[in-house]
Amino acid sequence: MSSTQPTGENDRSASLRFGFRAGLPYAAVGFVLSMSFGIFARDAGFSAAAAIVMSAIVFAGSAQFAAVSIIASGGTAGAAVAAAALMNSRFLPMGIAIGPFMPGRAAWRATQGQAIVDASWAMSNRGDGTFDRWFLFGSTAPQYVTWIGGTALGALGGDLFSDPSRYGLDAIYPVFFLALVISEIKDRTTLAVALAGALLALSLVEVAPAGLPVLAASLVALWGLRRGAADR
Amino acid sequence: MTATIWWTIAGCTVVTAVIKGVGPLALGGRDIPPRLTGVIALMAPALLAALVVTSTFAVGDQWRVGAHTVGVAVGGVILWRRGPLVLAVAVAVAVTAGLRAIG
Repeated sequence: MSSTQPTGENDRSASLRFGFRAGLPYAAVGFVLSMSFGIFARDAGFSAAAAIVMSAIVFAGSAQFAAVSIIASGGTAGAAVAAAALMNSRFLPMGIAIGPFMPGRAAWRATQGQAIVDASWAMSNRGDGTFDRWFLFGSTAPQYVTWIGGTALGALGGDLFSDPSRYGLDAIYPVFFLALVISEIKDRTTLAVALAGALLALSLVEVAPAGLPVLAASLVALWGLRRGAADR
Repeated sequence: MTATIWWTIAGCTVVTAVIKGVGPLALGGRDIPPRLTGVIALMAPALLAALVVTSTFAVGDQWRVGAHTVGVAVGGVILWRRGPLVLAVAVAVAVTAGLRAIG
């Protein structure tokens, strides 16, 4: 994996390439998950066009599933959007973390932020508090393409993986993220922060709406504010 | 129903774009104070660990363990012993699917 590390800002094409390669496994998993999303959305009463458009312009897996399941159970559009917003709330701290490394005009800065997805964000982080935005773009690109392609296939009639859990595919994402966490744990501080974030999120699961526990875990990172933390 | 669906899509599009865009919009290209660097560096372990446990031990807003919990745990042991990611994922999927097949 040494060839898939983020590089310096001065080598954009290398960053894009490395990011693209690092994003491919996530793109493959996303294809299967978005196929099940396409099927799920059709079952909930979405037209194929609506399912595909949603994947193309919302492009946020857990939020899309949350919103559609509320519609499927007879909920209002407002309730569905609120659930999606909570699911996506983790992108707020992620955007704040990577934000300083996305220069340009205001509209271009906000546009760059749209490329933030979990795995790309995590892998584009250099581990020292800096981010490689070109790595992020390269990594998100294949994930975006397969997310739309999988949704289209599912919505237009493919039912190969209508129930991904039957094939154990729901175990893939946690293992991927676990590998990313392990690569982040470099010392006692990062280990303690990871454990504290995990415990905080778990403790909030049953008392807060889905999505908020992960957002709350980002508060643990404030431990980095203490004196001398940046000089480690 | 159709109107509800399209309003939902429109609403999700707007909230997602705002949530993802606000950080870069507010901070893009700025110099960050050194102390904030320490916070940013710790965001990844905190958020990723939370994603791992919520996707392993919970469904929606309820704790739930099942076949995938066992699969992820076995995959985690392989990663911990410095096994390759592809192997860890393959074993996690196989264990999860196997447990569901016999369950």
